[in-house]
Amino acid sequence: MKILKKMSLAVAGSLLLTFGAISTASADKLDDITEAGVLKVAVPQDFPPFGSVGPDLQPQGYDIDMAGYLAQELGVKLELVPVTSANRIPYLQTQKVDLVISSLGKNPEREKAIDFTKPYAPFFLGVFGLNEVEVTSPEELADKTVGVTRGAVEDIELSKLVSDDVTIKRFEDNNTTLSAFLSGQVDLIATGNLVVTEIANRSPSRVPETKFLLKNSPCYVGVMKGETRLADKVNELIGKAYADGVLESLSQKWLKAPYPADLASM
Amino acid sequence: MGYELNFGALLEYQDVLLSGLWMTVKLTVVSTLLGIMLGILGAAARRHRNPFLRHGSKAYVELIRNTPFIVQLFFIFFGLPAIGIKMTEVEAGILALVINLGAYLTEIIRAGIDNTPKGQIEAARTLGLSSRQIFIRIILPPAFQRVYSSVVSQCIIVMLGSAVVSQISVQELTFAANFIQSRNFLSFESYLVAALLYLLLAFLMRLIFNLIGSRAFSREEKQS
Repeated sequence: MKILKKMSLAVAGSLLLTFGAISTASADKLDDITEAGVLKVAVPQDFPPFGSVGPDLQPQGYDIDMAGYLAQELGVKLELVPVTSANRIPYLQTQKVDLVISSLGKNPEREKAIDFTKPYAPFFLGVFGLNEVEVTSPEELADKTVGVTRGAVEDIELSKLVSDDVTIKRFEDNNTTLSAFLSGQVDLIATGNLVVTEIANRSPSRVPETKFLLKNSPCYVGVMKGETRLADKVNELIGKAYADGVLESLSQKWLKAPYPADLASM
Repeated sequence: MGYELNFGALLEYQDVLLSGLWMTVKLTVVSTLLGIMLGILGAAARRHRNPFLRHGSKAYVELIRNTPFIVQLFFIFFGLPAIGIKMTEVEAGILALVINLGAYLTEIIRAGIDNTPKGQIEAARTLGLSSRQIFIRIILPPAFQRVYSSVVSQCIIVMLGSAVVSQISVQELTFAANFIQSRNFLSFESYLVAALLYLLLAFLMRLIFNLIGSRAFSREEKQS
């Protein structure tokens, strides 16, 4: 009897130990990463300019460069894991990756599932226009003409903001709205910042600049719930990246636009 | 089949619909008047002594009748600014409609002219009328009368075709229906109301054209 009791105690004890070991290990992802020498990051593979496959068949984009920067600062090797927008959060939750850097926006549902760091990339709807058009707020749009894609989120947001003396020209789809801007039929357009990047890539003679924001939804790095040390470290590195001008150069390289200063203080 | 109609929701957008309807009426009136003039000029050019005018008119008719209207419209609105010709969306829309209607009417009126009995022209010449007088007084009126119903139909087609200029953000009736549909997602109701308004416009147009026709041509009859 006694032996049996001892044995069961020992088993229970060792079980406890093992579980304890697992839980402490998972409670500190940052140490695991430095120990393994590898940072596993979920990145998009079909969402340029954030992540796509380049002509040399290597992944390229804003998110890939960001992942590379974090790995370099942590002094570990980088392992990219291509994900889709549907499975990027499950990959993090099942610990297949350490971080999600996949143009991930924040919303209350997602905040229940994972933790977010500070933003690292701009993603927004706004009103854009040529340099010589002086507009900084919806009020200054009076007597101006803005092109927008009918029924899109930016159309609804813009319509709510502006008064009746603003002429909104609504076009059927994004490409027609772009054509209207490129052919000079409108001097301002309401659209997303990625569309503006697209214009900058295609037609450098008429590059629109951000005038004001309609809806801001920047990209954040996703971290497993409760991994505060890792999240703090990533936050520290994002802060450093901004201070060192890394984010500015990433923004210029992939988005053809300056990094918005207000993102740094978010 | 559990769809519940909700026309009440359109009431809040009645201003949009009415201003769209008004824009369609304006587009139609202007482009019909200018288009008929262009059609007559085109038909006159087709039988002109000058070969440049003759072939130019033929080329114009072939070019316009064998390309899609929306391509013509996009070319004028998005293409021409590249060579410095910039128009507002309404100007571009009217220009495209006029050019389009003019080409079809050139062909329709030419068909009427071709059916003019040779004897009438010879008689006019013997009486010492100039070519211009012969065209305006002898050839055109009966020719126009012969093809009047085709002209009316073509003008109505252009009124209906003006729906396409909503694509360059002209705020006419189709634009209004699209706009309302994009706000309340009541596609059935929005487009049904727009369709009924177009139907009404088409009936009204035919009525007005018939009134004008019966007045103008009965006077002709009396004179002859």
